[in-house]
Amino acid sequence: MNYALTKEQEFVKQMVREFALNEVKPIAAEIDQTERFPMENVEKMARYNMMGIPFPVELGGAGGDNLSYVIAVEELSKVCGTTGVILSAHTSLCAGVVYSFGTPAQKEKYLIPLAKGEKLGAFGLTEPNAGTDAAGQQTTAHIEGDHYVINGSKIFITNGGVADTFIVFAMTDKTKGTRGISAFIVEKEFKGFSIGKLEDKLGIRASSTAELIFEDCIVPKENLIGQEGRGFGIAMKTLDGGRIGIAAQALGIAEGAFDEAIKYMSDRKQFNKPLSAFQGLQWMVAEMEVKIEAAKQLVYKAAWCKDQGLSYSVEAARAKLFASEVAMEVTTKAVQIFGGYGYTKDYPVERMMRDAKITEIYEGTSQVQKMVIAASVLK
Amino acid sequence: MNIVVCIKQVPDTNEVKIDPKTNTLIREGVPSIINPDDKSALEEALVLKDSIGAHITVISMGPPQAEKVLREALSMGADEAILITDRAFAGADTLATSNALAGAIRKLDYDIIFAGRQAIDGDTAQVGPEIAEHLDIPQVTYVEKVELMGNELKVRRALEDGYEVITVKTPVLLTAIKELNVPRYMNIKNIYTAFQKEVKIWTANDIDVDKALLGLAGSPTKVRKSATKEAKGLGELINKPAKEAAEYAAHKLKELHII
Repeated sequence: MNYALTKEQEFVKQMVREFALNEVKPIAAEIDQTERFPMENVEKMARYNMMGIPFPVELGGAGGDNLSYVIAVEELSKVCGTTGVILSAHTSLCAGVVYSFGTPAQKEKYLIPLAKGEKLGAFGLTEPNAGTDAAGQQTTAHIEGDHYVINGSKIFITNGGVADTFIVFAMTDKTKGTRGISAFIVEKEFKGFSIGKLEDKLGIRASSTAELIFEDCIVPKENLIGQEGRGFGIAMKTLDGGRIGIAAQALGIAEGAFDEAIKYMSDRKQFNKPLSAFQGLQWMVAEMEVKIEAAKQLVYKAAWCKDQGLSYSVEAARAKLFASEVAMEVTTKAVQIFGGYGYTKDYPVERMMRDAKITEIYEGTSQVQKMVIAASVLK
Repeated sequence: MNIVVCIKQVPDTNEVKIDPKTNTLIREGVPSIINPDDKSALEEALVLKDSIGAHITVISMGPPQAEKVLREALSMGADEAILITDRAFAGADTLATSNALAGAIRKLDYDIIFAGRQAIDGDTAQVGPEIAEHLDIPQVTYVEKVELMGNELKVRRALEDGYEVITVKTPVLLTAIKELNVPRYMNIKNIYTAFQKEVKIWTANDIDVDKALLGLAGSPTKVRKSATKEAKGLGELINKPAKEAAEYAAHKLKELHII
C-alpha cells in the first residue's frame, strides 16, 4: 500500500494551487454575485492543458491520470466551487464519454478539441420529469435518412449556456424503456438546437446551468455514441466517473472553508484570547479535520481504482456521499466559527456553504448513492 | 538560438515563520521554490523560445534535492536540465559558485545566459555578473525588458530613478528583475514529460575548473560571527499633537539619562 502521491501528482497539485490562488480566488466572490461565467479562466486553464488532464496526448489531453484530474478539481474548488464544477462536468461528463465510448472518428472530431480546451463540453440527461428516475426520458430521437431528428428538452445542464459540444440522451424506442435510450453528440450550431432558461441558483452561481431545447434538431447519424439502445448504460457508467469529480469538488469546498476558519480563529480575539484558544472550538476543528481527511481518502481511492482499471462504481458512490455531506457540515461549521461575520459577504464562507449544498444533489443525490452502496452490500 | 538559464532553489520566504520563543526561523516544512528573479529569467527565455524557437538549458548548483526546481523548470517548458552537485562545492560563496557555474556553462553552446538578479536567501546579486566575467562576455544587469533585433538585443536596464536602453551583441549574460515579466505556471502536459527526461548530474570532475577555486577553499568570504537580533518590547505609542509629543518624548529620554 502506498499513500504518497507521485511526483507528477505533487506537481499538478502545486501548479493548480498556484493557479487557483492567483487567477481564480480574486474573482470568486465577484462571479458568484454577478453570475458571470468565468470564460477568461477557462481559456487560461486550456492554455495550461488543464481541460483534458486524464486523456492521452495524441487525443489532445495532458497524458495524466484520473487522480491528477481529481486533485485539480479539488484545488480549484478550495477557492471557487463554480470553477471546480466547470472542469468536472467538461472532463468527466462530456470529454470522458467520447473517450470511453466514441469511435476513432468521433474522438478525432470531438475529443481532441474538448481535451485541448478549444471547445467546452456539457452533458444533457436530466429532464423536468426525469431526474433521479433518469429512465423517464421524454426527449425522442428518430432516424430520417442519414440523420436523427431530436425533439424535447433538458434542464439543469451544467455549462449548458456556454458549451460547444453536448452529450445528449434521447429515446430512440419508447417501447423498450431504459433499453430504448441512445446517446448522441450534439454541436451547439446544429439546426433545431437552442438554449432555454438559465437557472438562478443558491450556489455555484457563476456556472451556467441551462435548459437545452431540441426542435426537430438534426444530428448526423455518425454522431450516435455506441449503438442504439445503449444510452442508459453509457449514462450510468459516465455518472460513476462524474461522481468522483463532484466528490473532489465537495472535498475542495470543505478544505477551503476549513482553511478560512483556521485563519480566522487565530486572528479573531474575544475575551482577550484568540478563538483558537477556546476548547469548544478546538473540538469543532478536530471533528472537521478528521472528516475532511476521511473524505479525501475515499475520493483519492475512487480515482486510484479508476486509474488501476478496477471497478469504481461503489467507491465513487461512497466518496460522493461522504465528501458532499462533509462539505455541507464543514462549511456550516465554518460559518458558525465566523459568527455574524460569517453570515455576510465580507468573508467567503457563506458562499462556500451555498456552493456545498449542490454536491449532495447533482450527479446522483445522497439517497441515490446510498441505493448504489446498499445494492452492492445486499446483493 | 541556445539559451542557458541559471536557477537556484531557495526556501519560500513567504512561508517562513518565526518561532516566537527563540525568535529564529522555523525552516521545517518550508517549501523550496525557484528563486523568484530566476523564474523571471526563465520566463524571458521561454518567451524567446515561443517567438523564435530556442533550446533552453536550465542549470543549478545545489544539493541533490535541487533536482525538484529543475523538474519544475522543465514543466514550465525548458528543454534540458543540469544539476551541478558535489561535496566539493560545499561552503561555496558567490565567487566559488560562479566559478563552478561558469565551468559548466563553458561546456554548453549559448547565445544568451539568463540569471536572476539576486536570490531571496542571500541577496548578493553577485553570481550572475561573476559568471559573465569568468566567461569574458558582456553583461546587462537589472533587465526589465528584452527585445530581439536581428543578432542584437535591445535591453532596458532599470536604474533607481529611470532606465538605460542598451544594445548588446550575443553572447551575453542578462540578469532579470521581477518587473521583466509575469512567469507562467507549470504546464500540466509538460509535468508528465518532465519526469521522463533526465536531469544530468555533473560533479566537480565533469567541469573544467581548478578545484582550488571551488567550495570552501575557493571562497574568500568567511562568516566570522552570526547573531540573532534581540526582540524589543512593544514600546509606547504617543498619541498627542506634535509639540506635546516632542516634549513628552524628550522628557522620557531625559528620565532614562539618554539626553
